[in-house]
Amino acid sequence: MLARFKSIVLPLTAASMVLTAVPAIAAEITGAGASFPAPIYAKWAEAYHNATSNKINYQSIGSGGGIKQITAKTVDFGASDMPLTPEHLNKDGLMQFPAVIGGEVLVINVAGIKPGEMHLTPAALADIYLGKIVKWNDKAIATLNPTLSLPDQAIAVVRRSDGSGTTFIFTNYLSKVSPEWKQKVGEGTAVQWPVGLGGKGNEGVSAFVQRIPGAIGYVEYAYAKQNKMTHTLLQNAAGNYPAPGDASFKAAAAYADWGKSAFYEILTNEPGKDSWAITGATFILMHKVQDKPAQAAEVLKFFDWSFKNGDKMAADLDYVALPDTLVKLIHTSWANIKDGSGKSVWAGK
Amino acid sequence: MAASAITKRKRNLGDFVFSNLTRAFALVTLAMLGGIVVSLVIGSWPAIRRFGLGFLWSGEWNPPMEQFGALIPIYGTLVTSLIALVIAVPVSFGIALFLTELAPPWLKRPLGIAIELLAGIPSIVYGMWGLLVFAPVFSKYVQPLMADTLGRLPVFGELFSGAPLGIGILSAGIVLAIMTIPFIASVMRDVFDVTPAMLKESAYGVGATTWEVVWNVVLPYTKVGVIGGIMLGLGRALGETMAVTFLIGNMNFFNGVSLFLPGNSIASALANEFAEAESPIYTASLIELGLILFFITFIVLSLSKLLLSRLSRQEGSKT
Amino acid sequence: MNLRQQRKLVNRVALTLSLLAMSFGLFWLFWILLTTFDLGFASLSLKLFTQMTPAPGSEGGLLNAIVGSLLLVSLGTLLGTPIGIMAGIYLAEYGQHTWLGNVTSFINDIMLSAPSIIIGLFVYAIYVAQVGHFSGYSGVVAIAMLVIPVVVSATANMLKLVPDSLREAVFALGSPKWVVISKVTLRASLAGILTGVLLAVARVSGETAPLLFTALSNQFWTLDMNKPIANLPVTIFKFAMSPYSDWQEIAWGGVFLITMGVLSLNILARVLFRQKHRS
Repeated sequence: MLARFKSIVLPLTAASMVLTAVPAIAAEITGAGASFPAPIYAKWAEAYHNATSNKINYQSIGSGGGIKQITAKTVDFGASDMPLTPEHLNKDGLMQFPAVIGGEVLVINVAGIKPGEMHLTPAALADIYLGKIVKWNDKAIATLNPTLSLPDQAIAVVRRSDGSGTTFIFTNYLSKVSPEWKQKVGEGTAVQWPVGLGGKGNEGVSAFVQRIPGAIGYVEYAYAKQNKMTHTLLQNAAGNYPAPGDASFKAAAAYADWGKSAFYEILTNEPGKDSWAITGATFILMHKVQDKPAQAAEVLKFFDWSFKNGDKMAADLDYVALPDTLVKLIHTSWANIKDGSGKSVWAGK
Repeated sequence: MAASAITKRKRNLGDFVFSNLTRAFALVTLAMLGGIVVSLVIGSWPAIRRFGLGFLWSGEWNPPMEQFGALIPIYGTLVTSLIALVIAVPVSFGIALFLTELAPPWLKRPLGIAIELLAGIPSIVYGMWGLLVFAPVFSKYVQPLMADTLGRLPVFGELFSGAPLGIGILSAGIVLAIMTIPFIASVMRDVFDVTPAMLKESAYGVGATTWEVVWNVVLPYTKVGVIGGIMLGLGRALGETMAVTFLIGNMNFFNGVSLFLPGNSIASALANEFAEAESPIYTASLIELGLILFFITFIVLSLSKLLLSRLSRQEGSKT
Repeated sequence: MNLRQQRKLVNRVALTLSLLAMSFGLFWLFWILLTTFDLGFASLSLKLFTQMTPAPGSEGGLLNAIVGSLLLVSLGTLLGTPIGIMAGIYLAEYGQHTWLGNVTSFINDIMLSAPSIIIGLFVYAIYVAQVGHFSGYSGVVAIAMLVIPVVVSATANMLKLVPDSLREAVFALGSPKWVVISKVTLRASLAGILTGVLLAVARVSGETAPLLFTALSNQFWTLDMNKPIANLPVTIFKFAMSPYSDWQEIAWGGVFLITMGVLSLNILARVLFRQKHRS
């Protein structure tokens, strides 16, 4: 009993002494926003803390929450899966830059169909989510998959119940490929779904798809991969069926026109024979004029470090790191973050 | 003479201080709670102005087009809470009865603590357990059984028809019931315990059975506390967010009265969508949902107070 | 069947049903606990108590979250319980027919059903938005606001049940009202008030929503209540909803911790109060 007590209290005391003995120069940064990149930010923050003792505390409260909090200046940086329009940025004095890229896949639960076997076109997908295609053996799907034996089974559509950047990217894609979707439903972090069951978070959607026979749902790629779910192939803008993953996400990102103002780029339905159709970047939001320039400098230092050292960590967690050309553009944009006197906060290159 | 006058002044001072101290704390509580209601009204004002009373019966929930209506969430909240109470109140009564009258003394405390432990399980766990463990079992075994038996009844059969998804209004209601039981049961047990032994003994003395004592003596004596406990449980059921959110399926359409169907609840809609709501009217509509929930509680509470006063009047005691 | 046999039958049926009700409640408890244990067992080791919350793929535990939660819940309860008890005393003993008493009692019962997210948003608006940053202190306020209505309700209900004859007996001895209340009436209702407090604590230990917009959470260790602080519910939520199995295991381990913590608190409180009563 005493031994166990000692073995808990002593390390605890020692740890707290060591941690409080760290020089006060170590920065403490708070960031909040999108839940999609939360795992990779946590991984980078952990590694950064081990390397520099600075604490970058990122918490996922949703993209909308991230936008609200950075506008209210209660956090040092915000994060959003949805890029803000240049008008919105100017109105609130914000600037944004992408941090990491990921993809979404459709997962299904149809007996006998293995991962990567089902082929879907954008039109078929949109019609499924519009409620126009209701059975798996519908002609529209059968003609795309002549080698598969499709059951006479109702399609159970699953989508997100909570507002989310993942939904934004998905509905943005559907709006691009289906005029009917664009007119009837539109895009957003939450929409009025014509059909479908709402699951909470990627977890909820996965659970529903795994349990309901004939279900189809959209989840982040990491989810489908980690849970070994049956994903489908999606025809991209060039007419091909690339496999989802690092290569196809990177290919889609390469086609983005990042030179556009304020990095307002949504990576869905990008051209290119290898591009994955539903790819998205996630963004960091900061104020252009900083009340706390020292804190802002620390944020930039963190992301600079992560861009230099975090590529493998991102790949391990099924994210895609930004291409080097993009990182260069981002560094240039950091010159826009200035303190009260007009001096740029970012000292490095 | 003088000494008693001094002690009387001291006594009055003690009373003065104490009564005003408690009054101050009551004021603090009122200010705090009133502040929340006021902030809700302020927050929902844009939505109230735009949608008016139609908000209450509109089934629209379209964020990109900025059209909102509270019908579906209100319906889901009321029905799930009703299911929860219908299950939880009799069960809690049975548990309280067991704990106070039947259980041997050495078993009372452990069982009481076990029931209270149900309250200590985080609501997100109820949600995840409900989704991952309860729902599959429910959809495979229980729902088909219900559809075959209860679903055949003439009028009520409609309530138990449809695809056995495992999630939906009924599942959310059942899990809510489990979460509510500890609150109602613990309060009932406590109020049953403080019934004066003399009242019970006199009933036993004339030959009443245990059941008759509880139903005719203990329950009427403790009815204020019992209703209070039920209100506590109802409060939990109406406002529960996480557990309902995982199980209710978030469907914003009214497809029928079947309890097997998914739906939506006010707390669940609020929790799901608040963090991501961008436009001001969206946020205001969500806050108005919260205000409506308070209003629902207000109505239910008034009804319960009415019920209590009517019962007291029948007994001839002062209200 | 004569009347006596009928009454006996009704009695037996009722008592059997109550036994079934008890088993019904216990059945769910054990099923949920079993699931929790099953899913979290792999992470139940000393590591859980001694290491900080990790990033996916790294080793870690829940130390900062455990300490943060202990601070938030204990301070929140310490803040909320006295306010609740005093307000409850007012409602039951002084304010039964006053407008203040009636209105407060009514609004308090309405607050019992407030979704915790509304409380969190309210504290965000009046505290966090005003000072410009998230903090443990705002989380404490949010928790106190969840505790108060439950304690007020429990106190008022229990005090009202104390028979007037008891009060009158003490008055007859010449005690002033405040002595009657604090030394006699309150003590008679202590068990019920304690139940109320324990139920409130049990509930707030697992609530995510009120902390999300107030205390936020923290990946790292801190004891500074003026900054975001790690806590179990938010951490569990984040980890359980992720696709990474190591995070999920830690989440379920955390669930087990909360449940056991609440259980121990329950047992401890009951035992302490028993001894106090005896002495």
